[in-house]
Amino acid sequence: MDFHSLTLTGITRTFGRRRALHKVSMRMDAGELVAILGPNGAGKSTLLAIVSTLLAPTAGDVRYDDHTSATGAALRARIGLLGHDLYLYPELSPAENLRFFAGLYRIDRVEERISTALDRAGLTDRRDDPVAGFSRGMRQRLALERALLHDPRLVLLDEPFTGLDDAATGALVGRLRELRAAGRLILVITHDLDTVDGIADRALMLHRGRLLEVPNAGAPLRERYRAALAHAAQPAAGPS
Amino acid sequence: MSFVRAAWLVVRKDVLIEARSREILYTTLFFAVACVLVFAFGFVNEGRPVTDAAPGILWIAIAFSGTLALGRAFERERQHETLRALMIAPVDRPALYVGKLAGILLLLAIVEVIIVPLVALFFHAPLFARPLLLVGLLAGGTTGFAAVGTLFAAMLVRARSRDVLLPVLLYPITIPVIIAGVRGTAALLQTDVDVPMARAWLSMLVLFDVVFITLALWTFEPLMTE
Repeated sequence: MDFHSLTLTGITRTFGRRRALHKVSMRMDAGELVAILGPNGAGKSTLLAIVSTLLAPTAGDVRYDDHTSATGAALRARIGLLGHDLYLYPELSPAENLRFFAGLYRIDRVEERISTALDRAGLTDRRDDPVAGFSRGMRQRLALERALLHDPRLVLLDEPFTGLDDAATGALVGRLRELRAAGRLILVITHDLDTVDGIADRALMLHRGRLLEVPNAGAPLRERYRAALAHAAQPAAGPS
Repeated sequence: MSFVRAAWLVVRKDVLIEARSREILYTTLFFAVACVLVFAFGFVNEGRPVTDAAPGILWIAIAFSGTLALGRAFERERQHETLRALMIAPVDRPALYVGKLAGILLLLAIVEVIIVPLVALFFHAPLFARPLLLVGLLAGGTTGFAAVGTLFAAMLVRARSRDVLLPVLLYPITIPVIIAGVRGTAALLQTDVDVPMARAWLSMLVLFDVVFITLALWTFEPLMTE
């Protein structure tokens, strides 16, 4: 099973009386990197959870080409998710973490893939140390490799630059460019506007659960985002 | 086959983590032994235990320590949100439930290996008179209790008051299991062992297990994604 586009139509998600997302619609295609921006609590992580099939929307439809989340395991095998929490077992070593997830994803040539992933993460010499002793940046690099271990079509990244030093940030930017060139769909949630400015094909902003387009040309992303945020925060004109 | 394989991977991972930390095993075991000792101080007078107390004490120790183990097992998945990584993996989601359930059962089996002889010793209970029936009752009762507990613990993993809610939800639903366990064990402790009665309670436990596990497998995925 594979797909080349992601389409969200009228996605609404409520938690009790609180509305986290309101009629969110968007489309992205293979080879596209889309940045989702927005203030804390805007609904970004909820959106990622819905796209990753972890959460069902209250209303609306998510389609991966013509497939829906009902496709189940075959669809999930093509999704890679790096959450804000890193989804790693601190008691296990990097190799054991990757081996466990490789087993769940039924990956071939496991040891070879693990060695390549650890090499990319710069953790080859720490492959048998418990993750509990790692810095945030080291965990972040390992978590990224865990999310990409099964070569997913849809790559969902929640704050992927957190805790990374300059070299690791540069390596991640390079990796994202590689993934985009390889036809992956990449959705990145970030507050690191300067880093994502050079690589995102377009940026969208979530504000109070609504998805808004950040103007695509001209000024640096930070300025465009601030302008879009200020515009979104203005009270709607109309009869009182 | 992939269902069994996924469940096995989860159990093996849990055993590996527990072998490293031994956190849940030690705390659960300590709690269960402390529970039996406290009852022994209360119900054994000058070396003579209160009549018929042993079955109730055994099952209370199993239920209380089981609740502790259930909470801790899922707290580990919550702390680093690894439950989400499991849920997004391309495996049948009920296989994750079965894997976690098997891990809990393994842990409680170790606890029971320690506390059953302790209860037999302190309360002068001939628990090993019919060892196969006793093992059947323990296995049936523990499976029923853990089957419901694993589902609830997974559901409550993101609830703020999960530590309070788990026993509040779990005990009322598993009361039939605990009653069947206590009555079945009591039948084994009579002067003339009441084998037909013990078998009847064992059958009841097997029935509960089938119902609870079927319901849990059916509801696990929707409950975890809604």
